[in-house]
Amino acid sequence: MIGDFWAIYILWLRDLKRYWYDKPRIVASLGQPLLFLFVLGTALSPNFQGPANINFSEFIFPGILAMTVLFTSIFSAISIVWDREFGFLKEVLVAPVSRWAIVVGKALGGSTVAVIQGSIMLTLAPLVGVALTPIIVLKTVLAMALIAFAVSSLGIVIAARMKEMEGFQMVVNFLIMPLFFLSGALFPLDRLPAWLTLLTRIDPLTYGVDLLRGFMLGINTLPLTQDLLVILGFCLVMIATAVFEFNLAD
Amino acid sequence: MDTTTDIIKVDKLTKKFNDLIAVNGISFSVKSGEVFGFLGPNGAGKTTTISVLCTLLRPTSGTAHVACCDVTKEPNRVRREIGIIFQDPSLDDRLTAEDNLRFHGFLYNMDRKRIKERIPEVLNLVELYDRRGEFVRKFSGGMKRRLEIARGLLHQPKLLFLDEPTLGLDPQTRLHIWEYILKMRQESGLSIFMTTHYMQEAEVCDRIAVIDHGQIVDIDTPVNLKSKYGESTLEGVFLKITGREIRAQGGESSWSQWMRRT
Repeated sequence: MIGDFWAIYILWLRDLKRYWYDKPRIVASLGQPLLFLFVLGTALSPNFQGPANINFSEFIFPGILAMTVLFTSIFSAISIVWDREFGFLKEVLVAPVSRWAIVVGKALGGSTVAVIQGSIMLTLAPLVGVALTPIIVLKTVLAMALIAFAVSSLGIVIAARMKEMEGFQMVVNFLIMPLFFLSGALFPLDRLPAWLTLLTRIDPLTYGVDLLRGFMLGINTLPLTQDLLVILGFCLVMIATAVFEFNLAD
Repeated sequence: MDTTTDIIKVDKLTKKFNDLIAVNGISFSVKSGEVFGFLGPNGAGKTTTISVLCTLLRPTSGTAHVACCDVTKEPNRVRREIGIIFQDPSLDDRLTAEDNLRFHGFLYNMDRKRIKERIPEVLNLVELYDRRGEFVRKFSGGMKRRLEIARGLLHQPKLLFLDEPTLGLDPQTRLHIWEYILKMRQESGLSIFMTTHYMQEAEVCDRIAVIDHGQIVDIDTPVNLKSKYGESTLEGVFLKITGREIRAQGGESSWSQWMRRT
């Protein structure tokens, strides 16, 4: 229905406006990835033995992009819990809009903001020695968009069940940090003990990081089609779950 | 206006939350163009009833028709015809007043030219046109309420739900808010379904239903209610019907509201 597309558009635009109005947040949320990239990257570089000609900063750069996207998308999506607490969600729920449109609009809004944040980080690529061509930039942005959409949908699935912000810290500790650390953002995936290898393969973000690393540095551990299929599948499952939950909440 | 048709028709409506029966088999109807008051102590089932009528909650049993259709069968058609001013604030205070209205217009799939025309209209109605570009978080409680009223009217609903629209506002703002609403009603023949704890406000209603413990105790015009219970004020009628005992249900704000009133 046409009305649902306008609803998606305006929900998306709302997230972008809130992002644009809140400029301190734009800067502040780049702090953590910058710290990882320059401090951790520089400090661990001498001990790093990666694929030929690639130093540690270059190696983790795609991982840091994934990190930026991961954190931004999940925070955007979880703003649904704020909306619920501050009543705004009711305004959306009593509007003549299908539940799937609310979920998709929210997921697109969160992912767009995350891709913008990721793209700001991407401009630092030359500083750590990662060469960029238009094709690489295009592929990288697309990969970031895919990861962002997957993570946003996951965030909405969590937010749909969460009634209070108190649960938020728990989500960060028990979900976001494991997602990030097990993804291979900071270490190579091919020299791990079996138990850790298994855990990294369960983490959907692993495939996103691998995709980014493949596009930017040409050193993916897994086949790129497998990476793409896993992330796409994850997106679909999460969006479907989120829509189901929103219909249930009626 | 057509007074023969019902804009709301509720039949044996029941809503249970686990063991708690919030609304217990109520039936009533509201005529098109009517101002209908829904009064009752905190926890009587007012907000639950409104939530069912606005399609936010599904009834456990019974039916409710609002505007055109059944609220459970065609919620989106019902949603298009109604405007709601909730008991608690529901604005995005990180956006400007105008952003909030535009957001609403798009959600209701209004024509874009129409949105552009209507935004100044409703902002002028609640005297907020000059503040349209300001962030809502800078607004006072009364201004937020006025903006919510403007928003509720933006898509020109047939029926407006007001759930304690003047809660926590000063007498000046309350007066103004009623002026806007009654002006709107005169101009467009809007039907209104409202709840309030201010009995003077209930005087504007064509008819009043008193609800307690999830059941409707009486429905009549303010004049008839007063003569039936032999009271000179609606407040007296209300206390006579629902008793003087303070109810345990209800949030902090409604509690302090009661304290101030007694």
